[in-house]
Amino acid sequence: MLMGLKRLFAFLTISAIAPQLFAQETAQKAEEGVERWGVNMTQGVTEVSRTTYDLHMLIFWICVAIGIVVFGVMFYSMWRHRKSKGYKAAQFHESTLVELAWTIVPTLILVGMAIPATKTLYDIYDTKEADLDIMITGYQWKWKYDYLGSDVTFFSNLSTPRAQIDNQQPKTANYLLEVDEPLVVPINKKIRFLITANDVIHAWWVPDLAVKKDAIPGFVNESWTRIEEPGIYRGQCAELCGKDHGFMPIVVKAVPEDEYHSWLDDRAAAAAKIKELTNKTFTFDELYERGKKVYESTCAACHQVKGQGVPGAFPAIAGSKIATGAMDGHLSMVVNGSPSNPAMQAFGAQLSEVDLAAVITYQRNAFGNNMGDTVQPIDILNFKNK
Amino acid sequence: MAHGPKPGFTRWLYTTNHKDIGSMYLWFSFAMFLLGGCMALVIRAELFQPGLQIVQPEFFNQMTTMHGLIMVFGAVMPAFVGLANWMVPMMIGAPDMALPRMNNWSFWILPFAFAMLASTLFMEGGAPNFGWTFYAPLSTEYAPPSVTFFIFSIHIMGASSIMGAINIVATILNMRAPGMTLMKMPLFVWTWLITAYLLIAVMPVLAGVVTMMLMDIHFGTSFFSAAGGGDPVLFQHVFWFFGHPEVYIMILPAFGIVSAIIPTFARKPLFGYSSMVYATASIAFLSFIVWAHHMFTVGMPIAGELFFMYATMLIAVPTGVKVFNWVTTMFRGSMTFETPMLFSIAFVILFTLGGFSGLMLAIAPADFQYHDTYFVVAHFHYVLVPGAIFSITAGVYYWLPKWTGNMYNETMGKVHFWMAFVGLNVTFFPMHFVGLAGMPRRIPDYALQFADFNQIASVGAFLFGAAQIVFLFNVIRTVRGGRKATDEVWENPQGLEWTVPSPAPYHTFSTPPVVR
Repeated sequence: MLMGLKRLFAFLTISAIAPQLFAQETAQKAEEGVERWGVNMTQGVTEVSRTTYDLHMLIFWICVAIGIVVFGVMFYSMWRHRKSKGYKAAQFHESTLVELAWTIVPTLILVGMAIPATKTLYDIYDTKEADLDIMITGYQWKWKYDYLGSDVTFFSNLSTPRAQIDNQQPKTANYLLEVDEPLVVPINKKIRFLITANDVIHAWWVPDLAVKKDAIPGFVNESWTRIEEPGIYRGQCAELCGKDHGFMPIVVKAVPEDEYHSWLDDRAAAAAKIKELTNKTFTFDELYERGKKVYESTCAACHQVKGQGVPGAFPAIAGSKIATGAMDGHLSMVVNGSPSNPAMQAFGAQLSEVDLAAVITYQRNAFGNNMGDTVQPIDILNFKNK
Repeated sequence: MAHGPKPGFTRWLYTTNHKDIGSMYLWFSFAMFLLGGCMALVIRAELFQPGLQIVQPEFFNQMTTMHGLIMVFGAVMPAFVGLANWMVPMMIGAPDMALPRMNNWSFWILPFAFAMLASTLFMEGGAPNFGWTFYAPLSTEYAPPSVTFFIFSIHIMGASSIMGAINIVATILNMRAPGMTLMKMPLFVWTWLITAYLLIAVMPVLAGVVTMMLMDIHFGTSFFSAAGGGDPVLFQHVFWFFGHPEVYIMILPAFGIVSAIIPTFARKPLFGYSSMVYATASIAFLSFIVWAHHMFTVGMPIAGELFFMYATMLIAVPTGVKVFNWVTTMFRGSMTFETPMLFSIAFVILFTLGGFSGLMLAIAPADFQYHDTYFVVAHFHYVLVPGAIFSITAGVYYWLPKWTGNMYNETMGKVHFWMAFVGLNVTFFPMHFVGLAGMPRRIPDYALQFADFNQIASVGAFLFGAAQIVFLFNVIRTVRGGRKATDEVWENPQGLEWTVPSPAPYHTFSTPPVVR
C-alpha cells in the first residue's frame, strides 16, 4: 500500500513534467489495427445487434431533439432575461394547461419508444429451434465452452503475455482481448448459448453479437445468436468477479460451416489423443516442462509466477505444507479443491490427467520445493476413481 | 435568549443544537468527499494508460469499492442530512429538530462507522473488493475476512440514516409554524420529507441484506449460495430494492435546493410549485417499482423485463416536468449569475444529460449493450456529480452567508465553479464514448482502443479534484471573516430562513413566526 503511494507520487511527478511523452508512448504502442477514438456502439454482425443499434440511435436522436428544444429555451432566456440588461422579471408562476401538456406529450413519446423496444426484446428472448447448443461456464477467471452433443470441451484463457501487462514489452493490437482457444462457431446457424458459472457471477458479453447474459452459479441462462459474416469477434467478462475480472476476454471465431465441422472433428481427435497419453509414463523433465506451462496459464493468476502467493489472499506454493507434504494431500487439494476456501477450485474437472500430473510434479519441484518425486497421469486417474 | 454554545470540544460532543449538528454533518461529509475523491484519483491514475503501472488489480478493486461506498454513504447522504439539519427548522419556523438528542447520536455514530470501514484497508486480505453493490457470492464465499467489518459499518450507517430520517419526518410534521400548511412549505422541506420516507422504507432492507450475508459467512446459512440451495439473484433483488430508492434519496433533496436557488436569482416565483410536489412524490413512488432495471441481463422472464422497462421509462415524465418547471422559472426572469446560480444552472443542464442517458439505459434491449460498461459509469456520475454534488455545493454557497454572517469570495466561487464544471465534463463525458465502444466497468486495465479517452478522463479528474481545494479554501475564509452579509443576503429571497439575522443566532424561532 505504501509502495503504491510512493509509486503514485512518482507517477504524478512524471506525468506533470511530461504528459506529451506519455501520449507519444501510447501512440507508438497502439499497433496497426487498433481503432482509436471510437465513440459509438458497434452495429455488429447479427440482425439483433443491428436492431439494437438502430434502437439506440433512435432514442439518442429523440434525446438530442428534446435537449435542443429545452436547452435552447434556457440559453435564450439566460441571454435575454438578464438583470444586467435591465430586464424586469415577469411574475407568472403556474399554468395548468402547460403543465398538463408537458406531462402528456412526453408520455406519448415514451409510448413511441416502447413499441420498437418491446418488439426487439421479444426477438432476443426467442431461443427456440436452435441449430447448435453451446454451454458457457464462467470460472475465476476463464471461460469454459462445451459443445453439447459432442465430446468437445475446453477452457479459454487470456493469452496476452504478463510482460505486456507489466509494461516490459510493447503491447500488441489485441492486448487483453486475445485467448489461447477461441470459441469457434459456424455462420448462418442459430446458436443457443446456455450460460452458467462455477464460482461467482460473471457475464458473457460480445458487443458484435449484442449478447450479454449473466453467468450465475446454480442458474442456466439462455441467449442466442446467428452470425452473418465470418470473422473474429471479441468481448470481455462484464460482471465484477474478483481480482482478474479485467483479464478474462472472449474471442468468437465465426467460420463457414464446412470449416466448422472439420475443426470440430480435429478437436474431438485431439481430445481422444490426450486420453491415450494417460497410460504413458513420462520422464521427470517432460512433466516439469509441461507443468511449467500449465502452472503459468492456470495457477499463476493467484499463486503468482514465482509461487510466492499473495499474503492474506492466496497461499504460497513455495515451501507450502501441501506441496512439500504427502502426495495424497497434494493430489486431493488440486483435484478436489480446498474444502475450506472456495477460491481454490477443483481442477480435477478442468485439466486433463496429463496436465494434472505435470503441474503437480512442477509444483513439488519448482520454487525451491525440490521434493524430487513425480506423479504419473495414471496415478491421477486412479486417485480420481478411488 | 442569550444561551450561547459551550466553549471547547464538549460543545460538539454533547450538542443537541440543529445548527451545530448540521455543521458537523457537512464537515464530516466534506472530509469523506476528499477521501473518496483521493480514491477516485488512484483509480484514474491507474487508468491513465493501458497496462498496470501504479496499483495491482487487488488494490484497484478495493479502491473502486471504497470510493463508491464512501461517496454514497459518507459524502452525499451526510451532506444532505447536514443541510436538512441546518435549514429545515429554519425554513418551517421551528426552534430545533423534534428529537434533538437522537439527532446528536445520528451524527456521532457515523465517524465510528467510517473509521471501521476505513480500517479494513489495513487488514490482512485487504478492504472490501467486491464493488459497492457487493453482489453475492463474491461478497460472501469469496470475500476477504474484512467483509464482516464492512457489514457492521453498513449496519451503523443504516441506523444513523434511519434515525436522521425519523427525526426529519417528526420535525416537519409536528413543528411547523402556525399558518405553514404543507402546501406552503419550501420545496427543500417537501423533498426532504419524501426522502425521509424513502430512507425509512429502504434502509432496513439494506440492513436485512447485509445481515443475510453475515449469516451466510458465519452461521452456515445459504441465502445466496447455490450449492446450499440458495439463490444469488435473490441478493440482487433485495439489494436493488434498497439500491434504487437509494439513488433517488441522493437526488430528491437536490431538487429541493435547486428549486430554492433558481427563483431567488431569477427574481421570479418558482413555476408550478404544486406540480413540483406531485412530481417529487411520483418519482418517489416509481423508485420502488423499478429496481430490476439494474439487473436486465440477469435472465428475468420477459414479463418482468417489460414491466421494469416500462416503469423505468415512466420516471422520465415527472423528472421532465421538474426540468421544464426550472427552465420556465428562469424564462422571463431577471437573472444574475452568482456562484449558487451557476451551480444550479449546471445542475439543470448536466442532470438532464444524465437523465437522457438514463432513458437510454431504461430501454432493455439497448441496455444489454450498455449494462456494466463505462456508459453506465458516465450516466450515474452525470446524475451524482453535477446532480447531488453540485446541488450541495450550490446550497452551501447559497446559505453560507446566513450560517456565518460573512459573504464568501465571489471570484473564488466562480473559479471553483468553472474548474469543477470543465473538470467533470472532461472526466465523465468521454466515458460515454469508451462505454459505447465496449469498455466494461471495474477493470484495472483495458484494451488499447480505449486508451485515448481514458487519458483525457484522467486529466479531467485531477482538475475536478483541484477545484475542491479552492472550495475548501473559500469556505474556511468565509467562516473566519469577510464582508458582512445582510440579513436577507440576496435580493428579496423567499423563505423564513431569511427573516433571521446573519449569522443565524444559536437559537432561532424560540417564538414561532406567523406565516400568512
